Order: sequence, then C-alpha cells, then structure tokens
Amino acid sequence: MSGLVIENLHKSFGPEKVLDGVSLSVEQGQLAVLLGPSGCGKSTILRLVAGLEEPDAGRMLLGGQDLAGLAPKQRDVAMVFQSYALYPHLDVFGNLAFPLRMRREPKAEIKRKVSEAARLLGIEKLLGKKPGQLSGGQRQRVAIGRAIVRSPRLFLFDEPLSNLDAQLRGEMRLELAALHRKLGATIVYVTHDQTEALTLGQMIVVLHQGKVRQVGGPREIYQRPANRFVAGFLGFPPMNFFAGAVEEGRFVCPAPAFSLPVEGVAPGPAVLGLRPEELTPGEGPLRGRLELVERVGGQSVLHLRAGEARFTATAPADFHAAAGAELSLDPAQARPHVFRGDQRIN
Amino acid sequence: MRRGHLIAALAAGGFCLLALAPFAWLVLTSFKTQLEVTAIPPTPWPGGSLEFYRSALSRYGLMHFVLNSLIVAGGTTACTLCLGVGAAYALARLRMPGRPWLMGALLLVSMFPQISLAGPIWRMLQAAGWLNPYQGLIIPYVTLTLPLAVWILTSYFSELPRELEEAAMLDGCGRLGALVRVILPLAGPGVFTAAILVFIYAWNEFFFALLIMTRRAVQTLPVGIALFQGQFTMPWGEIAAASTVATAPLVALVFIFQRRIVSGLSAGAVKG
Repeated sequence: MSGLVIENLHKSFGPEKVLDGVSLSVEQGQLAVLLGPSGCGKSTILRLVAGLEEPDAGRMLLGGQDLAGLAPKQRDVAMVFQSYALYPHLDVFGNLAFPLRMRREPKAEIKRKVSEAARLLGIEKLLGKKPGQLSGGQRQRVAIGRAIVRSPRLFLFDEPLSNLDAQLRGEMRLELAALHRKLGATIVYVTHDQTEALTLGQMIVVLHQGKVRQVGGPREIYQRPANRFVAGFLGFPPMNFFAGAVEEGRFVCPAPAFSLPVEGVAPGPAVLGLRPEELTPGEGPLRGRLELVERVGGQSVLHLRAGEARFTATAPADFHAAAGAELSLDPAQARPHVFRGDQRIN
Repeated sequence: MRRGHLIAALAAGGFCLLALAPFAWLVLTSFKTQLEVTAIPPTPWPGGSLEFYRSALSRYGLMHFVLNSLIVAGGTTACTLCLGVGAAYALARLRMPGRPWLMGALLLVSMFPQISLAGPIWRMLQAAGWLNPYQGLIIPYVTLTLPLAVWILTSYFSELPRELEEAAMLDGCGRLGALVRVILPLAGPGVFTAAILVFIYAWNEFFFALLIMTRRAVQTLPVGIALFQGQFTMPWGEIAAASTVATAPLVALVFIFQRRIVSGLSAGAVKG
C-alpha cells in the first residue's frame, strides 16, 4: 500500500497530551485535510510525519516504509510552512533550487526543474528577487514552488493560507485544488478553516484534543456529523442544540416546546441538532423572540430566544422584522441530527 | 531644532570630544618631530613629519609586533567563533535541561578578575610548556572571550525563526548543513559583531600578554609598544606612531563592517 498510514500515534509535550492515539490513512494521490480548532494536535501530526519531532508511540508508514528513525532529509517529504520559511538570503531562484542543490542534481537539471515549477506557479518574473521584496501571495507561491520542485513522495501543508487576506485566500484555495489535480500528489493539509477544508479536501479528518473525531468526505462530515463536536464545529452559524427526549418516534423538546418525528431512534434522553441555515421563519411549532438580526451579505442570521434557550436561524438578506418580534419556525424543514451522550444515534 | 535635540547633540558632541581628545593628541604627536614633541609650550599642530613612523618601523621592529598581534588576535577570533557558534546554536535551539544555569555559568566565567586567574593560568601554561608559543596566549584569550561571543550569538540565533532550519532540514540538510547554509548567513550581523569584539579584545589585551609572552620575538603590539625603550628618554614619538598603527586596523575594521552589523539581513524571512 502506498500513501501515508499513521497508526496509534501518541505525543506529549511535558504534561500536555497533544496526540492521543491518532490513526489515519491517506491514499496515494489523495488530498487529506486535517481540520480542528487550534491546539487540537493537527500541526503536531505534520511535524511528526516530517521528522521534526519524535512520536512517543505509534507507527508511521509512507509508501509502505516505516518512517521511524529516519532523519527529515531521508523521508522525501516536502512541507509548506505557515510562515513560508523562505530563505531570506537567497533569491527566488536560489530558494527553489535549494532542495535540488542539496541532492547535488546537475546544474542544467536544476535550471529546468526550477523554471518548470516557476511557470506552473506563474512566478517566472520573480526568480531574481529576494523574499523580502515579495508580497504575501508571491511568497506563498515561492514556498509551494520550493515544495513541488523536487517531486517528493508526500506534501505537508501547515495552514499555508492563514497569512493571506480573504480574497487572496479564496484564489489560492482554488489554485491549490487545481495544482493538486495537475500533480496528482499525495497531500496532507492542515487548517482550522472549515471553508478551506470543505473546498479542498477529498478526505477530511476532524481532530479535537488529540483525537480523531470523524473521518469522511466533505459532504458526509457536514451532513452526517458523527458526534456533537463535529456537528458544532462545522457550519456557520454553528448548529443549534436542543436538549430533550425521544418518545414514540418523536423528539420532544420541553423548552422551547416543540416536537418533531425522528426515525430509527430508541427512546430515551437525547440532544437534537438543527442547522440554522435549514431553519427559516414561516409557520411551525418552534417559536422564539427575535433578539438581533446579523446581516452577513447574502443572508441574515436571526438570533432568537425562547425562555432561557437561545438559537439561531437564517433568513434572506432583505428580511425585515423588529427586535422583540415573535417568530415561528418549522423544525421539520431541517434535517434532524440526534445525539445521545456525545454520539450520533440517527 | 527642538531644545531636546540641541541638548542631546551637545551631550553627544561633548562625549565624543572627551573620548577622542587623548587619541587625537596621540595621532597629532605621531606626526611631530622630536623638537616639536619636547617644545615648551607644547605645539598643538605637527609639522607632518613621518620621522617617528620611520624609526618605529626600523629601529623598534614595529611590523614584527603587528604580525604577532595579527596571529594572536586572528587565532583567538577564529577559535572563539568556531566554538561559540556551536555552543550558541545548541543553547539557542536544542531543548536541554538547565539551559538558564549554563548561560549564567558562562557569565560567571567572565566575572573573575584577571589577576585572580593569572596565577593558575601561568602555572598550567608552564606545565604544558606553552609560555611564549602563540597558543599559550590564544587559549586563555579564547576562554575569556568565549562567554561574550556565546551570549551575542545565542541571542541572534534565538531570534531567527525555527521554521527556516526545519525547512532546510526537510530540503535535504542535516543539522550542521542547516546551520552553515541557512542560519550562519542570516546571523551574519551577529557573527560579525562577536568577531569584532573578540578581535578587539585580543588585539588590545595587555596583562596576560605581558605575563605569558616573555620573549621579545613573540610579544604582541600593546606589550611591544609599552616596552619601547630609549637609551636616556621615553621615545614618546615612536610610541605615538606605533599606537596609531595599532589602532588604525581596528577603526578600519569597524567602519568597514558597520553596515553589515547594522543591516537587518533577516528581513523578509517570514511574514513581515
């Protein structure tokens, strides 16, 4: 089996447990995104794979080869750092050529490979410049160029877009997806940005507190979150949770008082999750008082309150209602996510 | 100009005058003739004679001392930097227990008064038979300058982003390769600063040089000049000329490398 396989990885820094038994496998040519809030251990996984840190326990296989005991340079892995980590004393050509020179490739070959990578990334004109003279987006490209120029077995991207402004980030996101298709490379991509994860990832690994919480495609992870953490972490505005119980095929919520049918769930206490974007004002049993309307471009986010409970819903951008207005919503419009304890049960 | 600026400028000017006046007098003296030196009242402006330089070079063998000083100061600088770069890199980067203690201990070494070290050092060198060979002076200089160099280099290395070496290590360097190819070029200003300070120390040091180098043939400039002797009088003119020659290389060195010391080479390394 080629690709990357990680088995039961453990890592602590002092008393702090950063990775707690992480296993995952990335197929050859696949782009896997490690997604999670900051401090969930996602960057640590990259550093362990790269050989910049040593795991406390666990195995890592790359293309069937055990990585244990291999120095970073022996692993044939390239990494794009969040800070780009360009060599400031070398010009762009020197930066791109650096990994090739380290392998003592012939001069003509280096020149050919560097100009090919530069053409692919549209940075031919920058080859004579120093990193200090480049904009953030250009540095980003150079950093990617330095990774692809030696065609490694595996690419590691550590939040590569987080230092770019929103517009550039959107562009680079699409470019990275195109680049991945073109190169057919195996990529492990770390981000805390769910949009990035959902647009780029063929496979998304959601991490929390050093543990894998769910692995799946972008649609699956969004539409069938396996537990409350994943449900609450993905989606904006975040998912609403209502505590209640399942009785005779219906979920019954005491406050705000409503019920709706759920299928295939054993009776007992449960938590219902409803995505705000699937809840819109209309006719229905779920009632709440409007506290605030948040305008976010294409839609309005409604912050509602029913007794002690607060929840959010969405409405079109031109939605108009005064604060304090009573709104009713139909929860049956929304796909129900039912959890018991932490786990999904429907 | 605002009043604050004026005061600051006056203070700076006054300080420079105070610091440079003796040196200026020395340089002026070196261009005088024997008559002008001994004239009463003293003549401030020299006639521009090079007589003292000629006699310092030929009669007192000045170039010989210059050569000795170059060997000793150069050797000291090279040894101190080689050891210092390695030590500073380890202190700046490797996770190790007791790092603050080590740094403190280093400082402690440079706190001993020289006179308290003189005896033991002399005895050790004597036992090794190293009184007078160059290494007999270079080794004590290295131990005395190493703490300073390590402190300067450690603070420089610590400021460079770790990702740079990590990138280099992924790109095919070992630790040493990353240090030589990425960290050292970027720490250039720090390395130069350390090198110049060490060089100046070794170039000017008098006490140990006087103690250890007893043979005229291996003495360094400060000792050599101090032991200039005339038959009946102190050869002030030759001493002034020799001192000017001894100082000129240092001034030149600092002026040449000033730019490199100041320039921030690491700009643009990471997002900035």
